[in-house]
Amino acid sequence: MAIGIDLVPSVQLSRVAESEKHGENSPYFAGWKAYDEDPYHEVENPSGVIQMGLAENQVSFDLLEDYLEKHPEASIWGKGALGFREKALFQDYHGLLSFRKAMASFMEQIRGGRAKFDSERIVLTAGATAANELLTFILANPGDALLVPTPYYPGFDRDLRWRTGVRIVPIICNSSNNFQITPQVLEAAYENAESLNLRVRGVLITNPSNPLGATIQRQVLEEILDFVARKNIHLVSDEIYSGSAFSSSEFVSVAEVLESRPDRHHRYRDRVHIVYSLSKDLGLPGFRVGTIYSYNDKVVTTARRMSSFTLISSQTQHLLACMLSDTEFTSRYIETNRARLKKRYGIIVEGLEKAGIECLGGNAGLFCWMNLSPLLEELDREGELELWKTLVYELKLNISPGSSCHCSEPGWFRVCFANMSEHTLEVALARIQKYVEQRMNAVII
Amino acid sequence: MRLIVPLQGVVQGRGGLLMGSLIPCTLFYFLQLYLKRHRSPKPPSAPLSPYPSPSPNLSELPRSASRSNLSSRGSISPARISNRASSIARPNSSLYYVGLDRSLEDPYDRLDNPEGIIQLGLSENTLCLDLIDEWMSENLNSSLSEGDGDEFGLARLATYQPFDGLMELKVAMAGFMSQIVGDRVSFDPSQMVITSGATPAVEMLCFCLADQGNAFLVPTPYYPGFDRDMIWRTGVELIPVHCRSTDNFTPSITALDQAFNQAKKRGIRVRGILICNPSNPVGNILLRETLYSLLDFAREKNIHIISDEIYAGSIHGNEEFVSMAEILGEEDTDKERVHIVYGLSKDLSVSGFRVGCIYSFNENILAASKRLARFCSVSSLTQRLLVSLLSDSRFITRYLETNRRRIREVYDMFVGGLRQLGVKWAEGSAGFYCWVDMSGLIRSYSEKGELELFDKLLNVAKINMTPGSACHCIEPGWFRCCFATLTPEDIPIVMERIRRIADR
Repeated sequence: MAIGIDLVPSVQLSRVAESEKHGENSPYFAGWKAYDEDPYHEVENPSGVIQMGLAENQVSFDLLEDYLEKHPEASIWGKGALGFREKALFQDYHGLLSFRKAMASFMEQIRGGRAKFDSERIVLTAGATAANELLTFILANPGDALLVPTPYYPGFDRDLRWRTGVRIVPIICNSSNNFQITPQVLEAAYENAESLNLRVRGVLITNPSNPLGATIQRQVLEEILDFVARKNIHLVSDEIYSGSAFSSSEFVSVAEVLESRPDRHHRYRDRVHIVYSLSKDLGLPGFRVGTIYSYNDKVVTTARRMSSFTLISSQTQHLLACMLSDTEFTSRYIETNRARLKKRYGIIVEGLEKAGIECLGGNAGLFCWMNLSPLLEELDREGELELWKTLVYELKLNISPGSSCHCSEPGWFRVCFANMSEHTLEVALARIQKYVEQRMNAVII
Repeated sequence: MRLIVPLQGVVQGRGGLLMGSLIPCTLFYFLQLYLKRHRSPKPPSAPLSPYPSPSPNLSELPRSASRSNLSSRGSISPARISNRASSIARPNSSLYYVGLDRSLEDPYDRLDNPEGIIQLGLSENTLCLDLIDEWMSENLNSSLSEGDGDEFGLARLATYQPFDGLMELKVAMAGFMSQIVGDRVSFDPSQMVITSGATPAVEMLCFCLADQGNAFLVPTPYYPGFDRDMIWRTGVELIPVHCRSTDNFTPSITALDQAFNQAKKRGIRVRGILICNPSNPVGNILLRETLYSLLDFAREKNIHIISDEIYAGSIHGNEEFVSMAEILGEEDTDKERVHIVYGLSKDLSVSGFRVGCIYSFNENILAASKRLARFCSVSSLTQRLLVSLLSDSRFITRYLETNRRRIREVYDMFVGGLRQLGVKWAEGSAGFYCWVDMSGLIRSYSEKGELELFDKLLNVAKINMTPGSACHCIEPGWFRCCFATLTPEDIPIVMERIRRIADR
């Protein structure tokens, strides 16, 4: 007897829903899965997978805790100027003025006062992820392209492309000049886009860079500004790691470059947009706080309206407004945070050196960009993935392979150091040292 | 027809300077909106043409090979923004927003600005904020760093959370939603994706259920915000399906079928129906039979149903609310088509906290939404607060009861006032608004007449109520009046102001 098959046509979903652009099938995320299944714990699971693929900042957490303990009025309200009633209903996409002012002041402090931020130009979003997607919706049509220097944060493939329908054309940088962006590689990327019949709408840089862990030099920023002006396109500068530069003077924001040359400022103004967030510098990714700062009035207006899809809870705005307007606290926090990150960086670089591993000279961020190409069996992408598998499954270290960041050269890996205790970092380094030793002995034999 | 008739009046020169300028402007915007909506899809982008504003120093400039660029030291060629952005950047043309903007300029205050504009255009409920305020002061004594024995302290909250919401909040939300429907449904937390408000939830479903250029059928009158939220970035089209006062604005399958077929003839693929139940702006609740018919229709056409149930907990009448979830059987294969949107902005009045959700029976939708939730996640801080609040079931029970009662009281007063004016309203048992038939006060039974009345109400009577045309209502003269932010003293003032312009 024939078995009846249910031929009810299943209801279809959209291309966006079925798309692979969420990127969760890339190695970047497979390492996370390995971690989820066997997470390291100092006491309970000392041989588990150590998470070194998550750029999270936990080194200055105690400062936040301390502040909140001393200032309970930040987390409980009702007695303040804007009581509970107003906050409960407050869904104005302009955002709390006190919070915008506090953000502007915080961003100024991070840049050592070398740039001014107008609270009226700050648009709030629920995280930098939303900010980047929002800007892409605003600056580009579906099918247009953004130029992004490689290596870049793997999440961009998803955040900039998925729902927007916009393409990414890489600006291919290489190690010969420490992966710096040059006018030549910018031009090459632009021409590449043209040859693909794509209309370029802007350049998106991350400064300080993820995954390089290095700031972009002033000279390079000037060249990029000239380039976008020449091509009549936009510049998005994702500066979410600006407060994680190891010293204030090392980081130059595009805002500073704009302000230092007022005569050229007007040429560039309408093109420049900065993305910021509290997820990295303040170590509060759970709070979902991001911002777009644009010098372009139309972009500000549009972004503000579009932020309706991604507003920050008024409760969170209130707490952070309190915290960030306490400039004594913030300046102390920024300074301490920088120093602690610098120290961590020192530890990891030294530890890697002991294993004979070189890192790119870094001066910012929560990670270091290391060169493992000498350890590759084959100097190509497959070789890199083979080594990556060894790192994840044998050494039990979740480290991000350069290929997931679209790095043009195989063998580079991004390793995060700020989301763990110093002890855990030492454990991880010991594993690496041991592995390298074993490899060297194997060679000798 | 709806556009030509009002223009007649303008041409004939009736109306004062204000209306002579307001109405053509408004209609022009409407025309633009109408044309934009019915424009055929854009052809693939052609190579950039040179900018139209040459500078005097043209000869000095180096030109790049393919894309001419005319920037110079003197003038700046503005880097363009996208088409999507351009349409958003334009001033708000919908009267829904016009009214809101205008009232913000001159807001009524009993003491400080008694001649100001009374706001009846915002669907908000302030009637029970005192209860929540009280709960907060009693329950939020510990500072954040202490937490509940570290389980919910800063350490836990600061770090990256699942983008689709804490499981504790999903459990609490599911419990709350179940309580609202009298436990006739047991909502499953694992079928939920939490978003920063219902606004991104609706948009997300549009992204997941439809491609650019596809359409949703939306029974009218509908919430004006859908025209923005569902269309802006998704590129989908909303096809209004007109409901009549004779049916108390209940969607008819015949009308849906007609709209579906018309769309098909135009080459537009319909992907789903969007219903708001309880309805905004009418305030009625769909009958069980209607829900079954809608499901049958969706099955027949193989499309989805989005059911926005955001007012489910704000029932002031005696009718019982039936969720789409309730009519789906265990083994129902049609479950895959049903997606519910909910949020705390209305029933709990915490619109500032930005908490909404998608509730779906479709695994693929849940998977996609979970990933998309990264663009619209709720702050962990707020999630923690709401877990505490929603888990206090004794408080929630008291809150829901009190809320219902207080809305009823103001509703009764409001319609009592309307009754005295001789103004009728649609039968409604939910929401913070009354769908009022002001056609008796308009001079010509047309959209133009309605616009005139809107203008008179806003600028002369100084009351902002949302005209039916902003909600795509096919019958002129209907207005949505939100009453849940009014005190008992305000209501007679509102009625008096209406009377004043009615008598003129």
